[in-house]
Amino acid sequence: MNTIVSLLQAAICFGTVIMFGSLGEILTEKSGNLNLGVPGIMYLGAIASLTGAFFYERAVEVPNPIVCIIVAFVCAFLAAALGGLIYSFLTITLRANQNVTGLALTIFGSGIGNFFGGSLNKLAGGVGQISVSATSAAYRTNIPALASLGTVGDLLFSYGFLAYSAIILAVILQWYLNRTRSGLNLRAVGENPGTADAAGINVTKYKYLSTCIGAGIVGLGGLYYVMDYTKGTWANDGTIEGLGWLAVALVIFTTWKPVNTIWGAYLFGVLYWMNYYLPGLTRYSQELFKMLPYLITIIVLIFTSLRKKKENQPPANLGLAYFREER
Amino acid sequence: MAHHPQNHTKEPFVRIVKRDAVSPQKAWGIRIIGLLCALIVCAILIFSLTKLNPISVYTSMFRGAFGTVRRSWQTIRDAMMLLCVSLGLAPAFMMRFWNIGAEGQILVGGVATAGCMIYLGDKLPTPLLFVVMFAASILAGAIWGFVPALFKAKFGTNETLFTLMMNYIAIQLTSYFVALWEKPFGSNSVGIINDRTNAGWFQPLFGQQYGWNVVIVLLITFGMYFYLRHSKHGYEIQVVGESENTARYAGINVKRVIMRTMIISGAICGLSGCIAVAGAGHTISVSTAGGRGFTAIIVAWLSKFNPFVMIIFSFLLAFLDKGAAEIASKFNLNDHVSDILEGIILFFVLGSEFFITYKLIFRKSEKASAKEEN
Repeated sequence: MNTIVSLLQAAICFGTVIMFGSLGEILTEKSGNLNLGVPGIMYLGAIASLTGAFFYERAVEVPNPIVCIIVAFVCAFLAAALGGLIYSFLTITLRANQNVTGLALTIFGSGIGNFFGGSLNKLAGGVGQISVSATSAAYRTNIPALASLGTVGDLLFSYGFLAYSAIILAVILQWYLNRTRSGLNLRAVGENPGTADAAGINVTKYKYLSTCIGAGIVGLGGLYYVMDYTKGTWANDGTIEGLGWLAVALVIFTTWKPVNTIWGAYLFGVLYWMNYYLPGLTRYSQELFKMLPYLITIIVLIFTSLRKKKENQPPANLGLAYFREER
Repeated sequence: MAHHPQNHTKEPFVRIVKRDAVSPQKAWGIRIIGLLCALIVCAILIFSLTKLNPISVYTSMFRGAFGTVRRSWQTIRDAMMLLCVSLGLAPAFMMRFWNIGAEGQILVGGVATAGCMIYLGDKLPTPLLFVVMFAASILAGAIWGFVPALFKAKFGTNETLFTLMMNYIAIQLTSYFVALWEKPFGSNSVGIINDRTNAGWFQPLFGQQYGWNVVIVLLITFGMYFYLRHSKHGYEIQVVGESENTARYAGINVKRVIMRTMIISGAICGLSGCIAVAGAGHTISVSTAGGRGFTAIIVAWLSKFNPFVMIIFSFLLAFLDKGAAEIASKFNLNDHVSDILEGIILFFVLGSEFFITYKLIFRKSEKASAKEEN
């Protein structure tokens, strides 16, 4: 019983990171922008929140938990949205190729993340290992009365507020995309920008906003990773990059539906961590087990292209730029 | 072309107009301007981090990449590796098939090579061993390229996402074999393969350790140039890339071209995995590909699929990598600074493409436009 609970806990923590990543990417892709910069943007969010929290904690004697949360949150969201802005400017205004620009952003973002993550302490004058314990503790605060309810408490109430925010965000996004005028406009832009433009929708504005806000949401995945998953420290081990690509995979797995990320992300988490909990696996067969999330994503990808069900397809104009003059 | 607004509607401050054909000289001029802007931004960044005069930064970068014979050869080795992957990607991208999976294709090629070296190193005579190694790596890479192409051709499955996922399958497969072959036990690495016998290692050519790497990759460069520019296959790839409908109308079997091209693309990437293992690292790990599969996409794209231009871009990126490592070690910073510089350069060069295809027309004052009318 205990092993199952701890597996599910690990899966939920893991799942929250990629849930933010894929929610942001769904919002972006609905506008027709295939942003392959997700890992880079996640890095930007992660390092910005760490840097912000680090300087705040150094500046004051006793860090205020609320201020800690706000500083890290705002830094993560803004830095990530700025990454989205670079991508938007290049692909929407300058009409550069989306795939190549996204990959460039991934290289850039992981460079920024690993460079400043590795040398933040040196640039700040040699303070040893970077650790933002106060901010991390603030992010991991749960409601003690609920968290101590035994197994139920461990399973449902032992996480910081971001884990629940991700679920709420998924529901809000689903509602936004399907039930609001602006959400329908956004989908029209992703499906057929020419028609949307003719109907009087400002295609450029929708693309810019959804890509930048989407990137900001992806950045929150980086924030959660630093503050909760690694408990306020930094390691240059490339984990964020892997998580970022997994978030892209999850977008396909959910067939571009935000509410599906809720169970999809946790399922990916279970698949990723299961090999540590299964008895009788050798160290090398564990590695084969970690293939499962990607393998399942491929199967889903093939299956959706085979069945050609309309509601499961990617946005029709995904990856293509829109030039009004070339309609 | 610029017409005078008759009905006094508000003319936008700036309009974007597609250029007529641009001469290659002018296009490359615009790209070089973009590159120079990027180097200026990079210099500002380095200055703010190190407080060092930017010119001496670039000289010390140059020293890091080409300062000694040994360093020059390491830079050449890295550039050749990147070039080889870019050559593999060129036909796929020319066909507008988004092969993001080079990273995985390199790795499976590397794993196949390492497997041959470990299991057959002391059993086969040297020439036969090399034949088996090349064949195994080419086959592994070709399979990794073929699978997404098959589904793309038959069912229209999105190849960008498919090849991306294949990377991670290859990474986990590599982890599996690293754990299986680990030596010494518990080190979680394969170590140097055949360090006593050197079986399956590229031997020095003309006294240079990386001589064979250069020869093999340059042969592929020439071959790819002729394949893309002067063969029927190359022409078919180009037509499919321009428009699948046109290709179909012209009687080209699009599905066959897609599958054939991706087999070639994957095979060359697999071969570059063989060069990385047998010709450079003599070991295999998940970092054998080291992000080259992604960097190479950018090299191929920026070079407009011209193999000879790829040589220049490969050297530029290898130079940046080595040069940034030099600055990093000199100033006690970590060498991820090279990724930042690479990113900045890519942003600028990608942005400069816009000014090759389009030009901006700013709103003129009434007087100026009246003058033009007359």
